Amino acid sequence: MRIFLAEWRKLRRPTLFLGSMGAVIAVTALIVSLLFLLIDSDTGNAERGMRITREVLALSSGITIGFSNSAGLLGLVALCVFAAQTAQEYTYGTLRNLLVREPRRIRLLLGKYLAMSIFALISVIISAITSVALAFALSGTAKVETAAWQTAQARMDLIETFGNVLISTIGYGTIGMVLGLVLRSPISSISIGVGWLLVVESIVSIAWSPSADWMPGSLLGVVAAGGSPLGVSETLSYTEALMRVSALLLVAALATLFTFRRRDVAS
Amino acid sequence: MSAISVTGLTKRYGDLIAVNGATFEVPIGTICGFVGPNGSGKTTTIRMLLSLIEPTSGTGQILDEPISHPERYLAKVGAMIEGPAFYPALSGAENLRVLATLGGYPHSRVPELIDLVGLSGRGGDKYKTYSLGMKQRLGIAAALLPNPKLLILDEPTNGLDPAGIQEIRDLLSNLAKQGVTVFVSSHLLSEIEMISEYLVMLRKGEVIFFGKTIDLLHRSRPIIVARPASSSDLLKLKNLVDAAGHPATIDGDVLKVDAGDDWSADLNRLAFENNILLRQLTPVRPNLEETFFEMTEER
Repeated sequence: MRIFLAEWRKLRRPTLFLGSMGAVIAVTALIVSLLFLLIDSDTGNAERGMRITREVLALSSGITIGFSNSAGLLGLVALCVFAAQTAQEYTYGTLRNLLVREPRRIRLLLGKYLAMSIFALISVIISAITSVALAFALSGTAKVETAAWQTAQARMDLIETFGNVLISTIGYGTIGMVLGLVLRSPISSISIGVGWLLVVESIVSIAWSPSADWMPGSLLGVVAAGGSPLGVSETLSYTEALMRVSALLLVAALATLFTFRRRDVAS
Repeated sequence: MSAISVTGLTKRYGDLIAVNGATFEVPIGTICGFVGPNGSGKTTTIRMLLSLIEPTSGTGQILDEPISHPERYLAKVGAMIEGPAFYPALSGAENLRVLATLGGYPHSRVPELIDLVGLSGRGGDKYKTYSLGMKQRLGIAAALLPNPKLLILDEPTNGLDPAGIQEIRDLLSNLAKQGVTVFVSSHLLSEIEMISEYLVMLRKGEVIFFGKTIDLLHRSRPIIVARPASSSDLLKLKNLVDAAGHPATIDGDVLKVDAGDDWSADLNRLAFENNILLRQLTPVRPNLEETFFEMTEER
């Protein structure tokens, strides 16, 4: 609890907290606005030129589509925060202060991870509220029927999507934390993480399509979309994607934890 | 009981031996200076004591607990290693609150410590706006957070002006009077000499002295400085002194004679009998800096 509260003191500073939450609101608002305002566009209104029709949006699950589509960018925000908060302990030299006050290294990392996961949870809550509010606000302009959005089924869909987006966001954050611990530099870990997820995975997937079923970014996309066709992979089920990405992240996290526990702190 | 006790402490990085079989003890309740040239292994030793670096071999105890179990003693240890390190975007006080929260110390200590180290009125300012001296003071405040029984400070007076150095010296002396053991490394040997009762001296990763500072100073060779009224007598005087069995060297317009102060009268008589008038005759006991250079052969 002490470690969590100490980390939270760093995360709650206004420039970081308000800046990150502002980015979350902006990203969500952009995606939901494009979804509704470009509903009649021939070039599509969702990722990769996909077209989501009025009829699909009018379903009970329609209320969650904008939120679910924001998951990738929410994930990138989480990756940046987790990576920067972890790697900065090396660049500022503050890790030695932390380890003198809490020498149990695994416990220290788990406390930091918990605090950053709560930060991710708050960002997902804010994204969900923004996307739902904006969907209702824009439904009139886009002429989308909203009766199904107010049913019990819609609430169930929203809760399910919330869980999936949260898993995906924390997954991206875990990648950021692993990179931060391995590379020990915020700039390197963020640039390599974002570059991999946005560029390298896409190129590799285009060159060899089955690779998408094993790439962490693609797998997290499937999880965030609840395994629906809106996900990157069209062949992988939600459960398979969740299990694969969990296994990948668990192996990476355990290897990193083991290294961190043994590594000399000489900076 | 010793505050610090290490035996055969060694750290290797491949073929490089950073610390080689360090063995020393620091008695409880004393101020102990930790000196050695750059790269002699001081910071590596301190990091091993704080469990930031795992020793390759050797054992150690801090406050009677083994260094392999840092969780048993670190709550009673305050440390500043290789200068202050804080989050630039947080204020000085908030940086201390982060560490107080992590260590489970009362936040009421934060303003007290800010005042104690002379940062009154600046605690709310962001750390990145601090001068080097202010950062150093905040580092010392952070080290004092746990109300430590052992305080380990690496170059605590770096960046401080003379008044600041005096304040820190007084602070450390007061802490020692209250029973806190202070283990302090510094390149300002005059400072160490003034405040340290005990010394640990390192050279090339090896401990070359540990014990009372006064014992080290007594161990070093005293000299007599003689200045003839006429510099043309310098060589003549040197030859006379050499012949009397005391090696001497000419340094500018003075002769430095390798002899204790009890030979001063003999030297005076020797000069007088040979018609050499002396303008200065001063027995000198080397200070810590001279002893340090002599022992580490760094000059």
